[in-house]
Amino acid sequence: METLNLLAAGPELILAAGAIILLMFGVFTKGEGAAVTTLWLAVGVLVIAGVFAYAQPGDTEYAFGGVFVSDGVSRFANVFMFFGSAVVLILSRDYMIRAKSMLFEFPVLVLFAVLGMAMMVSSADLISLYVGLELQSLSLYVLAAFRRDSTRSTEAGLKYFVLGALSSGLLLYGSSFVYGYAGSTEFVAIAERLKDGDAGVGFLIGLALVIAGLAFKISAAPFHMWTPDVYEGAPTPITAFFATVPKVAAAVLLVRVLYGAFGEVADHWWQIIWFLSAASMLVGGVAAIGQTDIKRLMAYSSIGHMGFAMLGLAAGTAKGAESVLIYLAIYLVMNIGVFAFILSMRRDGVQVTKIDDLAGLWKADGLSTFCLGVLMFSLAGIPPLAGFWAKFYVFQAAVDAGLIWLLIVAVAGTVIACFYYLRIVKIMVFDDPADAFDGPMLIENRLALFGSAVLVFVFVVGGLGVPEMAAEAASVFAK
Amino acid sequence: MTDESFLLNLVLWLPAVWGLVLLFMRGDDEPERKLARRMSLGMTAFVFVLSVIVFMGFDSDTADFQYVTEVPWLGPMEYKIGVDGISILFVMLTTMIMPLVILASWKVEKRVREYFAAFLILETLMIGVFVSLDLFLFYLFFEAGLIPMFLIIGIWGGQRRIYASFKFFLYTLLGSVLMLIAMLWLVIEAGTSDIVDLLNYTVASEPITVLGFDIAGGAQTLCWLAFFSSFAVKMPMWPVHTWLPDAHVEAPTAGSVVLAAILLKLGGYGFIRFNLPMFPIASHHLADFVFFLSVVAIIYTSLVALMQEDIKKLIAYSSVAHMGFVTMGIFAANQQGVDGAIFQMISHGFISGALFLCVGVIYDRMHTREIKFYGGLVTRMPVFAAIFLLFTMGNVGLPGTSGFVGEFLTMMGAFKANTYAAFFAATGVILSAGYALWLYRRVVFGTIENPALENIEDMSKREIGIMIPLIAATLFFGIYANAAIDVFSPSVENLLDGYYAAVGTPESIVIAAGEGAPAPASSH
Repeated sequence: METLNLLAAGPELILAAGAIILLMFGVFTKGEGAAVTTLWLAVGVLVIAGVFAYAQPGDTEYAFGGVFVSDGVSRFANVFMFFGSAVVLILSRDYMIRAKSMLFEFPVLVLFAVLGMAMMVSSADLISLYVGLELQSLSLYVLAAFRRDSTRSTEAGLKYFVLGALSSGLLLYGSSFVYGYAGSTEFVAIAERLKDGDAGVGFLIGLALVIAGLAFKISAAPFHMWTPDVYEGAPTPITAFFATVPKVAAAVLLVRVLYGAFGEVADHWWQIIWFLSAASMLVGGVAAIGQTDIKRLMAYSSIGHMGFAMLGLAAGTAKGAESVLIYLAIYLVMNIGVFAFILSMRRDGVQVTKIDDLAGLWKADGLSTFCLGVLMFSLAGIPPLAGFWAKFYVFQAAVDAGLIWLLIVAVAGTVIACFYYLRIVKIMVFDDPADAFDGPMLIENRLALFGSAVLVFVFVVGGLGVPEMAAEAASVFAK
Repeated sequence: MTDESFLLNLVLWLPAVWGLVLLFMRGDDEPERKLARRMSLGMTAFVFVLSVIVFMGFDSDTADFQYVTEVPWLGPMEYKIGVDGISILFVMLTTMIMPLVILASWKVEKRVREYFAAFLILETLMIGVFVSLDLFLFYLFFEAGLIPMFLIIGIWGGQRRIYASFKFFLYTLLGSVLMLIAMLWLVIEAGTSDIVDLLNYTVASEPITVLGFDIAGGAQTLCWLAFFSSFAVKMPMWPVHTWLPDAHVEAPTAGSVVLAAILLKLGGYGFIRFNLPMFPIASHHLADFVFFLSVVAIIYTSLVALMQEDIKKLIAYSSVAHMGFVTMGIFAANQQGVDGAIFQMISHGFISGALFLCVGVIYDRMHTREIKFYGGLVTRMPVFAAIFLLFTMGNVGLPGTSGFVGEFLTMMGAFKANTYAAFFAATGVILSAGYALWLYRRVVFGTIENPALENIEDMSKREIGIMIPLIAATLFFGIYANAAIDVFSPSVENLLDGYYAAVGTPESIVIAAGEGAPAPASSH
């Protein structure tokens, strides 16, 4: 435990080295062409790190003297985050060139953000947690404001930064309480201290503040206010990134903190998660109904989905952790598909994001309509699509834990959310056609959209190995 | 998987496979449309033939599931399908109605390939509901059926199609998700999602307290209510029936036929497959509650039907009333009641399907469904008048048509279980005669007063061809009801044996054990 054990942190080291080298590469080359090269190289780095992460055995191994842990959970999260980011990077290329924002900093910042996230999901100590989180957050603040000439983008970045800094403050403050009462920042030591299930008031204050800080990162209601504005203001590829990978990282981090460090006092925190979950499901559903901008709609959609993910978290069992992981994986795939399409919504070379712009899409592009329709029904959780199975597993964990009232809220949340997903289908399929988008869709967007629709569709056949992988990962938390 | 069970798999999956092929075919010109129409008809007809072969090989002396396929699937679940006496007839009903529905859609000009694809995929999903022997597989088919129906109403529907499609979808979804939660609980408790095992599993029924209320029947009652909330919406029972008139009115003719003839039966099938045998004690406790709802449905919706100005809406309300007989019969929980309920569902499948086709015939010509618009059709459309009369009589429950047998048996069953329920339900028979005959008089009899009707043409050969199987079925089962009853009565008997083992046999209920099914209709 006291050794460096670099191999356990292999994927992260690959990312770190890659990011630094690419930063140098970017500095010493000039022009858009070089930036595009940087982007492809960054994709390469992510893929290599992803393959490396996948090849890891998934046994629990500590590194850096116990502040860093590599286990099934981090492996699961890493694989999905790395490949997800790689796909988002590929999808952003065309948009960034059109927006004249294709600078080499973009892929490098994404790499640093992903590195931060990989640190988060592997953290075994409050300090490393904070370092990872900040590395991620700082990169994301810059990314949100990446289009410096756009007021909205700058506003989004600033908003995100101010509120993000506040939440980081809460998290740090909470950590100091926990440290004060546990005498250590290591998760293992905290868990040891709480073994008798008896947490003092100071502990609970710390715990509540830490949860509040993390809830901000996964944009769980009532800490969700920033999400719609940032999603709407940020350049679309970056919104796509926000909606997918950091959500996975923060949610997995929440699992790790709650199950790892505070697993023994689950009866103290499950009520907080209960409330966050219920509030997110309802806010995500109700607030999305009135939206006219698809990016804002996806923001509320992600708030709602995080509510459902926390439904599994509130269960407080290994099965709960497993269901959260499955949920996140499916969520990631669905959202990448949807954003691949949103990215290609252009008229006269300008990105459009009104939902009404989708009117009568079936006529212009039947295949995309079909794929997007599949994804919408999947997001709504209609069987046999993967979104249903995501809900299925969290519901199962919640039923197992006896969270009946929360499940009743979840039923309401499902039906309310279903309404606005159906609305999108209605606009695409039932309404009279609006002007067509600039065509044809780029091959990479088409592939991503089609690929995720196919994955969502065939999940029902055998789960594509995801449930097994998640079960193996979550066995860390089995008591 | 044996060779035999392969047949059932074919019946289940062929329509959807062909539907997907259609969906990804290119082109929307006349040759492609023609191909889509012909191939869809061919495929549904072929599936019907296959299902007849399945039926030929079906042993109706036993209550066991036959043609069983069992393959491991996601996690603890299994892909397990098979049929017993109850489900085989519903499968037959579906495969028989579908070719007629395709034929009735011959004149659809809007997005033809997608149209037929939606119906074919829907066929698989409906058959899937009836043959699933795994709880979650059942849920999958049950719920997935919403998607094609949503699209059918939304794309090819009438003016308020969007309102109707959303209402249909969200109403049904709410009930279903509650059921999903109960299913998850049940599976965790019982440790299996296999329906055959679950039918033999006894769910805890010790009283429990929820929010200060004592729940008699405990977990059984809660599960029963969750399942009920889903099936009652699907059925639909009063007071959650309001989606049905909207959906019917806005759906295209073929959509209405599928809705009335098959989709409504999913609810009743669910009651018989799950509520009654799996939660017998709760069913026993809540039988009076169901009787109350059923009687209200029968009387209230019949009265509402009397006042309708839209032909389709009238028939939709009459469907709700007829489904009231079904729920009443099921929860009477005796041989006549359950036999009658199943029979009524099958017969309603032919009769209401045919009635909606009749409405479609005149709607296609005049593009209105307003009753006032018509009158005196008998002078211009004698064939139509005769066919419409037959099915109106079937709807009323005239002896000699299959409509009579179902109503008679369910009322007989209900009479044994609850005399009041049967008494009030009987008034519904009178009311149904009232609205149906009055509708017939207003539309068909009299002289033609609307000049637009002067040149209306009688039914074409295609339209008559669609009706012939339905006429044959209605009369055949009206005269020789045992042809159907003998198929499902062993399964019903088995189901009721389990039910009585759980709740005890009340003295007032006399079961005709050992005799098999009663044969009331054939004696008339």
